[in-house]
Amino acid sequence: MQLTGDRFTHDAAAAGNDFSTLPNFPAEIRAPVGTLAGVSSFQLQFAAHHVHTPGDQVDVLVAMNPAALKANIADLRSGGVLIVDNADFTARNLAKVGYTEDPLTDGSLNAIQVHAFDLSSLAVGAVAELGLNRREALRTKNMFALGLLDWLYTRPEAITLNFLERKFADRPALLAANVAAVKAGYAFGETSELFHHRYVVPPAPIKAGTYRRVSGNLALAYGLLAGAAKAGLQLFLGAYPITPASDVLHHLARLKSSGVLTFQAEDEIAAVGAAVGASFAGQLGVTATSGPGMALKAETIGLAVMLELPLIVCDIQRAGPSTGMPTKTEQGDLNQALFGRPGEAPLPVIAAQSPADCFAAAYEAARIAIEFRTPVILLSDGFLANSSEPWQVPQLSELPEIHPNFATEPNRPDGRYWPYLRDERLARSWAIPGTPGLEHRVGGLEKADGSGGISYDPANHEAMTRLRQAKLERVIEFVPDLPVDDPDGSAELLVLGWGSTYGPIQAAARQVREAGHAVAIAGLRHLNPLPANLGEVLRRYRKVIVPELNLGQLTMLLRARYLVDVTSYTKVAGLPLSQAELAADLISIIKEDLR
Amino acid sequence: MSELVSPPSGLSGVPLAIGPLTRKDFVSDAEVRWCPGCGDYAVLAAFQGLLPELGVRRENTVIVSGIGCSSRFPYYLDTYGMHSIHGRAPAIATGIAMTRPDLSVWVVTGDGDALSIGGNHLIHALRRNVNITIMLFNNRIYGLTKGQYSPTSERGKVTKSSPVGSVDAPFNPISLALGAEATFVARTVDSHRAHLNEVLTAAVNHRGASLVEIYQNCPIFNDDAFAGLKAADGGLINLRHGEPVTFGPDNSMGVIRRPDGTLATAPVAEVGIGQVIVHDAHAADPQLAFALSRLTDSGGLTLAPVGIFRDVEAPSYDDLARAQLTAVPKPKARLADLQRLITGEETWTA
Repeated sequence: MQLTGDRFTHDAAAAGNDFSTLPNFPAEIRAPVGTLAGVSSFQLQFAAHHVHTPGDQVDVLVAMNPAALKANIADLRSGGVLIVDNADFTARNLAKVGYTEDPLTDGSLNAIQVHAFDLSSLAVGAVAELGLNRREALRTKNMFALGLLDWLYTRPEAITLNFLERKFADRPALLAANVAAVKAGYAFGETSELFHHRYVVPPAPIKAGTYRRVSGNLALAYGLLAGAAKAGLQLFLGAYPITPASDVLHHLARLKSSGVLTFQAEDEIAAVGAAVGASFAGQLGVTATSGPGMALKAETIGLAVMLELPLIVCDIQRAGPSTGMPTKTEQGDLNQALFGRPGEAPLPVIAAQSPADCFAAAYEAARIAIEFRTPVILLSDGFLANSSEPWQVPQLSELPEIHPNFATEPNRPDGRYWPYLRDERLARSWAIPGTPGLEHRVGGLEKADGSGGISYDPANHEAMTRLRQAKLERVIEFVPDLPVDDPDGSAELLVLGWGSTYGPIQAAARQVREAGHAVAIAGLRHLNPLPANLGEVLRRYRKVIVPELNLGQLTMLLRARYLVDVTSYTKVAGLPLSQAELAADLISIIKEDLR
Repeated sequence: MSELVSPPSGLSGVPLAIGPLTRKDFVSDAEVRWCPGCGDYAVLAAFQGLLPELGVRRENTVIVSGIGCSSRFPYYLDTYGMHSIHGRAPAIATGIAMTRPDLSVWVVTGDGDALSIGGNHLIHALRRNVNITIMLFNNRIYGLTKGQYSPTSERGKVTKSSPVGSVDAPFNPISLALGAEATFVARTVDSHRAHLNEVLTAAVNHRGASLVEIYQNCPIFNDDAFAGLKAADGGLINLRHGEPVTFGPDNSMGVIRRPDGTLATAPVAEVGIGQVIVHDAHAADPQLAFALSRLTDSGGLTLAPVGIFRDVEAPSYDDLARAQLTAVPKPKARLADLQRLITGEETWTA
């Protein structure tokens, strides 16, 4: 079903639609077929306008068995279209998922347009002459469904057929079967007279350019690669498998010709430790994990703060605490990213706003880490990681340069080398092993300012603690002012999100505005340091709502930092914000609180 | 006919020093701050003497340590170094060794650092066979935190944290390393400079992970922990590849194999030299090396083999990982390759 969704998305892309996808896998690897836990689904929203989320409720649901129907029917809007394969609707299968009556006949689906037919048999019949065994033949039902959807949305079959030719180039029997199934599905739409309408979704007005589809974790991996390549460094990823971050390791492990070396470590601590080692050795050390792994890495991240070496720590957040819900999304690690280390250990924190934005966010993380010699925490989440959207492919030549500026000469009048002498950005000098005459030692003990020797001097510690904070504040040089989307400047309500909530916030704002109300929106990418104009922005509006997928972590920070009475709006259901719910809530706030 | 190729050395790929180096070149200007009489001084002196003899560039030597008394080591050597965090030095060294084959990478650690908080990293660095040399200073006590029992302390050890005696069973670091199938495993003693020198030289020349346990006296919290071994008639069993395993006054004692396959000690005069096992450090199978490691007392030490238990050839992890990579092209071509990669195969134009 993931492949079917994937291909249908490509059809939308080829038609010039904007889109956003959300695959939903069972947490269990091989959960029993036909059980609710075993349902794998793929949600896609495409439109002739800008799309910021995979959508809350779907217009069309394709369900291949009773379990799939039961697991997803609540997401189908009233009046929507249900296409359902009734081949498996036996009493036993129905009972397995808790149906006492057949929902296709008991009237419970009266509010929707139900198209139930034996899709399995139609697919098997379409490939009957092609010599497949029963199991292989049945698997073509997904392609039959794809052909049917292609017909329903007036998509050319050619894109799917071309793809199948590439995929099954050396397996002619499977190629023939899948092609037959797609064509049969398409023809079924045309001839069965089950459907009274076909739909045409025109292209969305998107900026001219070359686009591809990208998921958050892939874009993040590419951003890291680009950062290392522009800096002329090897990319070193130390990682321990953890959902939903493992795909970053998978994507980079495949690339043996791109200046990347991956290390699957024995644990989360070794993963970040090896990355620190790689950075000490003069490469770009990166580690990717999720919340539980962040907790384990905290001490080593603190070491990197003390060593003042580049390091990128990617936290693909998931629902916590503890093991929580590994496949579900959340923004619960903001406080951990900002403050989760012993001592005063400030570091830059960047949060990606959309799947495609993971590229730019990762690139920025690399630039800041290398040029400021600092660990950077890059926040993504399970929603961004697996979702995909169109991405205008950037020209690497146009990205800002990244300069490691390795030290090659002594930097003291007496011919010595001091590793903690700083430039105007307060970034320390970085000499890498192999450089003659610059041999030096670094470590976790407090450093004497300048020389980097061990120091327990009270005044020095005070100075160094403030220096590390001051260096973080210099990163503001790389942080643009927060742009506010307030079309006519008349809004009294500002909705301020961070990271992935900006998608649903944009979608909700569209609905609010369509309903005739003014609302301003903004999304924070830089959580530390915060944009220079943020205080002014917060004070510009009568009311500020801060939606977060936690219990108000950014809200607490904003109140403390700016003494502004912002209102927290929180959800912790393991799901992205619902745009419809947010829009309705915003409208009622505008109507009731801001009259 | 196949050509005879000498195995790659642990130092292969590390640039050679241009001119002769001396001990002085490796002495940093940091003031050494171990307690008077600490065994660490002897190891440091031997090590500072050894480094110039290796013939590689000083700037290509990196020493990584964790936390503990011995982990101050890097500060006293004028090479590149990192005094990191507790137990993690093998992980950090792995990242260095993987990304920089031109560096000679050393790890300095202690019994608490390597075997307690960092036990996981130690065994995995060993089983992967990363090209690093690990010096494990074993004083069988926590020194820096002022005298708690360690994972190598004998059971019943009375310390501040075990006032009526510790109840932990101790690790035997050599057995642990052999259990992890480490490819180079040796033990030496802080005060035996020639032996220390010989073992460390062999260790750094071994390609892959080398573990050298160094019995090191802590005069403050565990003085004379190895006195029983160091005495003239003590129980140090000197392992030498290809030679019968004998020890004691005039080598009058020997290590023999019992009928059940286990090892035991016996007077050579009684059993005959023919019954004494001959040490084979290069045996592919680590069983005999493990059996030798078990001759070590776990209580108050009176008997312990020293020398090289195991030294076998195996591909090193970092060499294998690098061998999977194709050469990174020049910057411009690298960006062009990457541009193709990120653009991908399925694009559309708006």
